[in-house]
Order: sequence, then C-alpha cells, then structure tokens
Amino acid sequence: MKRILRIRVNGRWREDAVADNTLLIDYLREQLDLTGTKQGCDGGECGACTVLVDGRPRLACCTFAAAVEGRHVETIESQSQNGRLSPLQQAFHERLGAQCGFCTPGMIMAAEGLLRRNPNPGEAEIREALGGNLCRCTGYVKIIESVQAACATEGEAA
Amino acid sequence: MSTKPFKGVGERLPLVDGVEKVTGRAKYTADLFPADALVGRILRSPVPHAELLEVDVSEARRLPGVVAIVTGEDCDVPYGILPIAQNEFPLARGKVRYFGEPVAAVAAVDEQTAEQALKLIRLHVRELPIIENATQARAPGAALLHDNKPGNIEREVHNEFGNAAEGFAAAHLIREQTYHTAEVTHAQMEPHAAMASYDASRDHLTLHTVSMVPYYVHLRVAQCLGLDTSRVRVIKPYVGGGFGSRVETLNFEIIVSLLARAAGGTVRMQLTREESILTHRGRPESDTRMKLGMTKDGRITACECEVVQRGGAYGGYGIITILYAGALINGLYDVPAVKYDGYRVYANTPPCGAMRGHGTVNTRIAFESLMTAMALELGLDPIEVRRRNLLPCPTETINGLRVESYGLPECLDKVEAASGWRERRGRMPKWKGLGMACSHFVSGSAKPVHFTGQPHATVVLKLDFDGGITILTGAADVGQGCTTIVAQVVVEVLGVDWRRVRVISNDSAVTPKDNGSYSSRVTFMVGNACLDAANKLKQALVEAAARRLEVAPEQVECLGESFQVAGDPSRSIGFGDATAEALVNTGTLHFKGTFTCPVEFQGGKHRGGAVGSTMGFSYAAQAVEVSVDPVTGRVSVDKVWAALDCGFAINPLSVEGQVQGAVWMGMGQGLCEQTRYENGKHAAANFLDYAFPTIAESPPIDVFIVESIDPNGPFGAKEASEGPLSGFPAALADAVREATGLELHDFPLTPERIAEALEAREREQRAAARKAAKQPATEGAA
Repeated sequence: MKRILRIRVNGRWREDAVADNTLLIDYLREQLDLTGTKQGCDGGECGACTVLVDGRPRLACCTFAAAVEGRHVETIESQSQNGRLSPLQQAFHERLGAQCGFCTPGMIMAAEGLLRRNPNPGEAEIREALGGNLCRCTGYVKIIESVQAACATEGEAA
Repeated sequence: MSTKPFKGVGERLPLVDGVEKVTGRAKYTADLFPADALVGRILRSPVPHAELLEVDVSEARRLPGVVAIVTGEDCDVPYGILPIAQNEFPLARGKVRYFGEPVAAVAAVDEQTAEQALKLIRLHVRELPIIENATQARAPGAALLHDNKPGNIEREVHNEFGNAAEGFAAAHLIREQTYHTAEVTHAQMEPHAAMASYDASRDHLTLHTVSMVPYYVHLRVAQCLGLDTSRVRVIKPYVGGGFGSRVETLNFEIIVSLLARAAGGTVRMQLTREESILTHRGRPESDTRMKLGMTKDGRITACECEVVQRGGAYGGYGIITILYAGALINGLYDVPAVKYDGYRVYANTPPCGAMRGHGTVNTRIAFESLMTAMALELGLDPIEVRRRNLLPCPTETINGLRVESYGLPECLDKVEAASGWRERRGRMPKWKGLGMACSHFVSGSAKPVHFTGQPHATVVLKLDFDGGITILTGAADVGQGCTTIVAQVVVEVLGVDWRRVRVISNDSAVTPKDNGSYSSRVTFMVGNACLDAANKLKQALVEAAARRLEVAPEQVECLGESFQVAGDPSRSIGFGDATAEALVNTGTLHFKGTFTCPVEFQGGKHRGGAVGSTMGFSYAAQAVEVSVDPVTGRVSVDKVWAALDCGFAINPLSVEGQVQGAVWMGMGQGLCEQTRYENGKHAAANFLDYAFPTIAESPPIDVFIVESIDPNGPFGAKEASEGPLSGFPAALADAVREATGLELHDFPLTPERIAEALEAREREQRAAARKAAKQPATEGAA
C-alpha cells in the first residue's frame, strides 16, 4: 500500500507517495533519480548505499523509506555546494581515494558521518568507522589518507 | 597566454573523471535505466549437472505483464572468448553444467512480475553425477561434461625448453613440492548490469554494459543474435571495477539482447551480488607441483612444473590460462631449463576466466615459495638468492620472450632497504615475521586474442573550430584510470592547457575499436597510439603556425597554448589562430594514431608460443611483515613494502594506487579468499562468506617506483596493475614461516589451517618428548 511520506532529502522537504515496503535505496534511486547511492550487494554487506539519516550513517538498502519519515536524509549529491567539493570529496579526488568510484559515495558518506561526530579521528577510529564499507580497488591505503587529509583541511577552515 | 607548455606525464595528477566519481554524478550502467524499461530476470539452474529435458514456459507466458521469455531454444549459436573454443550457449541447451547456469529469461513490466514469472517456469531435468574437482574429473570412467572432451580435459600443454634432465643432473639440491591454491573471484564492487534497446524498424540493437572488452561483446552479441555487426552499437558507461571479471562476453549481455529483441523494446537487467558471483570467470583452483634444481650457491639449474586447473563448466579463456601458467615461469629470473605440463580440466562449477595476473599467479606462488625454501636450506638469504638468478638485459628467454628493460635488481634493493631486511630478517620477535617474494607481468599480449591484421591499438584525435581537442578512444576505463593516462599523453605531446582536452570513450558508433582492458595492454599500446596521433596533430599545428608566421616549420617552437618563431617571442600566435589556420581548406581535423607490436615480439614458434609474449614486463619485489596469533592462528599483516618497475610512471599517484590495489588483492588470496561449493552448489556467493579484507585489517603499503625506461613503452612506461599481485602470497608464507616455523603449501593461509598446523606440531613435539622421557627408563630396566 502506498501512502504519502513526508521526508527531508538533501535539505529539501518533500511529500511523495511511497509503498510501505519500498526500501530507502529504491526510493532515492528510482523515485528521486539520486543514483549516486549505489547497491553493491544483496543487503547489508558492502556499505555502498551508506547515506546519512539525521547526520548518522545508515544503509539505505536495509532501511524502509517509511522508517525515516520526518527525518533528514543526506546523500552524496548534497555534499558539494555551489559547485564546491566538500573537504572529503576534494581529498578523495586529489589523493586517489576513488579508483572505480563505485564504493566512493558510500565511503564518503560514512566518513562524513564520522567527521561530524569526531572532527579529528585517529587512524584506528577511521578504520573502525569505515569497517562496513568495502572497496575492491584501493587496498584502502589512499582512502585512509583521504580522510586524514580532509580532517586537516577542515581544521584549517575552522 | 601561457608561454610554457603544460606538463602531462610524470605528474601526480588526480583522475580526469575523478570529480564525477566523488560527487556521485558518474553514471554506471544501472544508473542509466529509464523508468519505463522492461525488467529482465534470469532463471538459473538449481542443479549443478543435469540433462535438460524440458523448459516449460507456457504458464509463465500467460502471466499478465510478461512481455517476452527466451530459453535455449532461442539461440543455438555457441559463444566464447576464444574463436577456437566456443562451447557455451547464453541459455543452456540440452544440458546444464553448473549451479546457477542461465536456463531461461523473462522481460516483464516490473520486478515483481518478472520474479513471479520465473517461479512459473517448469524445469524437467535428469540429474547427472557431479564433478566437483579436478581429481574426480580426471578419474577413469568419470562422467563427461562435454562429449567431445575425453577425460574432461579442455587442453593439455607439454613443453620443454632447454634440457631439464641435464639441469637437474647439474644441481646440488633438488626439491619438489605441491602447492594448492583455492579458487578466488573478482568481487568487483559493481554487480553486473546491462541494458539493451532493440529498434525493430531498423533491426538495430543498442547495448549498454559493464564490459572491459566492449569490442568482443559487440562481436559475440551480433554472432548470437545473427545480426550484422553494423546494426549493433555497444556503449560502456562508468564501470565499477573489473579485475578480469568482464574481460569476455558474459551470458547476461547476450540474454538481455535476446530479450530486448523478443520484446521489441528496452530491457534493463541488474544481476544480484549472488548472480554476479555465480557468473564468476575468476582464478581457478590449482594444484601446482613445482620441482627446482639449484647449485650450492643458489643458481637455478632447472624447473619442472605440473599445473592442474579446475576450469569450471566451459572453455572460456581456459586455453590461455593454462598456457600462461607455464609461459611466465620465465621472464622473471634466468631459468635455463623448464619442463612444463599443464592440464585444464572441466568440472561442474561456474566457468573460470582471467583474473588479475591471469594464469601466472598460482605458478608464481609455488615458484617463489620453493625458491625461498631451498635458499634457506642452502643457508642463503631469500633476497640474495634472487640476485644470483637475475636475467641479463636485453635478452630473449628460452621460450622466446623478449626482455628489453629490467628493473628487478633495483626493486630488490629498494625493498631490502625500506623493510630493514638486513637488520630484521631472522631476528624478528616471537610470533612475528618478515618475508619477501618477486613477480612480473606482461604489458599487453603482443598477439591479440583475435588476429585481424589490424594495429594493436587505434585512437583518433579531433580538433575543430572551437579549438577543443577530443580524444576518441575505445580503451575501457574500469577504474584503473586509463582515461586519465591517454589525456596525459596527449597533453604532454601538445603542451596544451588541460581544459582544452576531453576524452570520449567506448561508444562503438563514435570511438575507434579497441581490443579492451586486458593483460595490462592499455597504457603501453593505447598510450603509444596516443603518442602517434598527438605527434601528427602537433605537426599539423606547427605547419599552420609556420604559414601564419611566414617562416619554415622548423623555425616554429610549440609552446602548447602558443607557437612562436624560435628565439623571437615577439612573433607568436595563439592556439586558436593556429587551429583556424590549420582548418583552412580542410575543415575539422582528425588524426589517427596507431600502434602495432612488431612480429619479433610475438613469442616463440612453438604451439601456444604467443601466450606470455609482450613488449615489456613489469617487475615487482615486495616484503611483508606479519604477526601471528598462536592461539587462533590468525595472521595480521602489519606492513608491506612493494617496489615496482613500471618503466616510467606516467602518473605516479595512479601507479601507487594500482600497486596498492594489486598487493592488497594478493593479500586477499593469500590470507582468506576462497569460493566454496557444497554438492556443486555455491556456498559463498555473497560478501559474508566470500570474505575479503576490510579496511580494519588492511595494512599500510609503501610503494617504491622504479623507472627502467622501457625502449618501446610510451615515455618508457610499462604496466603497473597486475605484476605486483602474485608476489604477495609467497611473501606472506615466507613471513609466516619466520613467525611460526611452519612451512605451508595450501592457500589461503586461514586461521584454521595455521592453528591446525600449530596444534599438529605441538602434538608431535609432545609425543616426541614422551618418547624421549620413556626411553632412558626402558634402557634402565634392561
């Protein structure tokens, strides 16, 4: 059964008719055409679909859209403002934190969630926070460097 | 106006398409699906081996919302990557040979209807005995997967180069050991996806797919649909990783095309992770019996190697894989005699194929492991024994491989120094170890899979009224970064501003044909083709500038964004004016660049001699530091130092990324990765059971770039993406030996294996101690 869902996506309030069993990832990708959020596995194993719900990382493939009614969902598409990359996006770009790029949106959103909680995480905290986000290209070395570099830039900006 | 040419190569540049990736704007195949496309789903065999008596789709066809159904009846044209070994149908005919093999497919108005339709298809099968492994396959009287393949053998290879018997006779030490390596799979992050649109009025098919080889897909889809190739268009959007998984035409690419034609419209198809893993084409389970002869001072005198690969249910790349496994015993060290026997065997498992380091990895694991074990037995240091077996350069190996640049000695020096090898090896604290190994790989196969007589690579540069330079290329970027590399080569030659250059890739209606991204061919071959095209364009611009400046072309200096009379900065014109002049009387400029590997590089004259032949090998050495938990047997990799001779680093940042990724993938194979089958059914077709290292257990990997400047590579460059992988597992085993004293031959080195080996050793030690304690008493009593 469909019902009207009131939800804030990337800063904007929306009202959409959504079936009760629609997953957040399908709502984002198919109804809103926000295809930056990726599906890499059959549910909860890879982290490619990580988005922020009220600022905290969440797997969109294991979340019903209806379950986040009234809350704020942020996807990778919200991260660059007025054509300016976020510090994490800039760092992932400049330091080759992304190779094929498929895990990148989820990786950046998980890292964004971490930096909002803890603007200066140590390496162990970065590894822990990104432990559910799989990457098959980089060996993770440049992903860790990218997150560290983003912390440094954010520090400068502040 | 800049008066200095822009720099293109040798710089740590981010990917030219990196912003698209970090912003989520990059469109992968499944991101392009239109909302009104039909949904395609595949019905897969629930049994690993059976006669297919009937596929009854009548009830499914009657389900409202079902638009098309195809089965094996709809395509009787076999396909396969090798023209000599095509024995696979996109949908099974007559027999199914692995669990998960496609049997039928449905196009319906939505996901639910498609799923429901699959449930209404009735399969009638007569089950056959399951061949689970190579031993069963080769046993006398074993059921045959293919009637024309006696003994379930796809290909046997028997080669001898030099005289192995004489080599062993001259050896001081001879050792033989069999190494078992589990089957591993690519597990690229993007699940397989494709979309086909069929235009009935023009009998024309457009296919968007995740391929690394759109050209081969184009040929096979046309073949299976009986369409003229001119009526097929293949487009490769952004691709989320390959590692060899998409280096041949895959069944779903043909199936979605068959569905689109049957439905007369557009069909989208996204495979689940499980289906993506069942499609497989990964590295085969292998038993490698390695025998080496060595002099007292560590010189290798001979090698005898027997490889048995469980290739799965169909031919695929099998013949190439089993040839590679023998051919690249050579090319790394000076091995004066090699006897090689290879067996590629069929079994009821998903077909294997090419995976990063194609064919060479499991042989390298065995060779490096045994080489180190023998060195230790002779009291020699593992790095030192490698120094004693270096190749002269340039040289031609006993099996006809040419080596024209050879940075392995420097790789060894770098790794030795950086890891503190001399001070630390052999003196590590308890349960810690330091190990090392070497490896190499081709920079593209000097003979392509399909011999056409065409150049190995072709690109086109377009310059038009707007002054924009468009690079048209069929080189398939799947994350390895070749789009960036081709742009770097063009910018370096022309010296133009980066913003003037764009790359359009992989649309068969627009871009020139390219063989694809396999055997690490793109930087070397497409890079050289770009060099050729850019030089031609530069010449045309210099000549045009000379006309405007009223001097001879030799007097014109190209500064990238401007052209000036040499030594006279007051007489110059900008790029736009030079372009305008160049277009006079001719219009839009197109310059084609090509590259062809000369025949003398195309390998030995023996059967299969082309496999392994290349114009330049990359060389790698790596050292690995580990800690072992004596209770759980768990190995932690604490640090890796990897040196790679990539000839010349066109993009050092990118080379580092490729080396780290390759080393890490070797770590997965060494530590934990393995597929698993239970009664022929895949028991690990997800990311929990097929576990590869997460960020939590992945070590820092320091990369050292060695530049041997290959005489034939673009700016001296060779490959950087595959060579560093195969050294890891043997280096790991070497480190684990130092940490535990265990000599392990079964990969991966899982905690269970190590804990078991430690326990077994303890039991033996206790038994020996009991025996020793008893003996004096017995003597006393006597």
